[in-house]
Amino acid sequence: MVSTALFFLFAGFAIMCAISMVYHKNPLYSAISLVGVFISLACIYLTLAAPFIAIVQILVYAGAIMVLVVFVIMLLNLDDEPNTSRLKYLYALGGGLGIVLLAQTLFVVYAVSRTPNQAIDPNATVGNTLDIGRAMYTDYLLPVEIVGVMLLMAIVGSVVLARRLSQPQLELVIDKEEERISEEINS
Amino acid sequence: MEPNLATYLGLSGILFTIGCVGVVFKRNALGMFMCIELMLNAVNLTFVAFSRYYADVHGQLFVFMVMSVAAAEAAVGLGIFIAFFRNRQSIDVDTASILKN
Repeated sequence: MVSTALFFLFAGFAIMCAISMVYHKNPLYSAISLVGVFISLACIYLTLAAPFIAIVQILVYAGAIMVLVVFVIMLLNLDDEPNTSRLKYLYALGGGLGIVLLAQTLFVVYAVSRTPNQAIDPNATVGNTLDIGRAMYTDYLLPVEIVGVMLLMAIVGSVVLARRLSQPQLELVIDKEEERISEEINS
Repeated sequence: MEPNLATYLGLSGILFTIGCVGVVFKRNALGMFMCIELMLNAVNLTFVAFSRYYADVHGQLFVFMVMSVAAAEAAVGLGIFIAFFRNRQSIDVDTASILKN
């Protein structure tokens, strides 16, 4: 009974935060609303008996990713979005897309609720860290290794993308470019 | 009313719809990025719900993979935003029109 009440409380909170994220023009308000969505989703994972995923959700999403987003907002010193008129058909497209997706959601809920109710095995412990770790390092060893390599590539890539060339390096690049252009003109 | 599989799928679908509409409506690259994160989270909720109702650990493994990809995407995407802002003094996606015409 308590878990039911908690589920609906956090579901409502998640939906309200999601709407406020799309509604707000200021990126910082959007980011704070998104943290609300992440935390309420973590609580919903707890009602689904998945403590490991709930903790990773808070650590990775609410902790790491949102701190990165807020840091970028601070670094770029963003203002509110200007209210210029965007192409009208994009709004029509967005509204149409929303209606289609909502209709699909209703259809899925209807279809699933017509099937006989799946009984939950109360002794199932699939969400425990032990079970997840065992599956991760036996059946899923190669994907986990690939994820490690991918994260390393992401670190290197973001450093390469975001770095600023120092003055001598910049001059070198400009000199090379000028040489190339003059050669093209001469040939 | 006890929450069942259909309830979780409904919540996930609503969150995904909000995220998808937000990607189209937002003009700010950071806002679009946050909407994409919201959509990824909606899909994660589906995975965890199915994993609970079928007592299968593989759904939660998949959630773990999705989170890793989201973290890598955040790092690279925000690096791109910084580089973009340095060249354009704005992260409005409508200013990225150098390939137009």
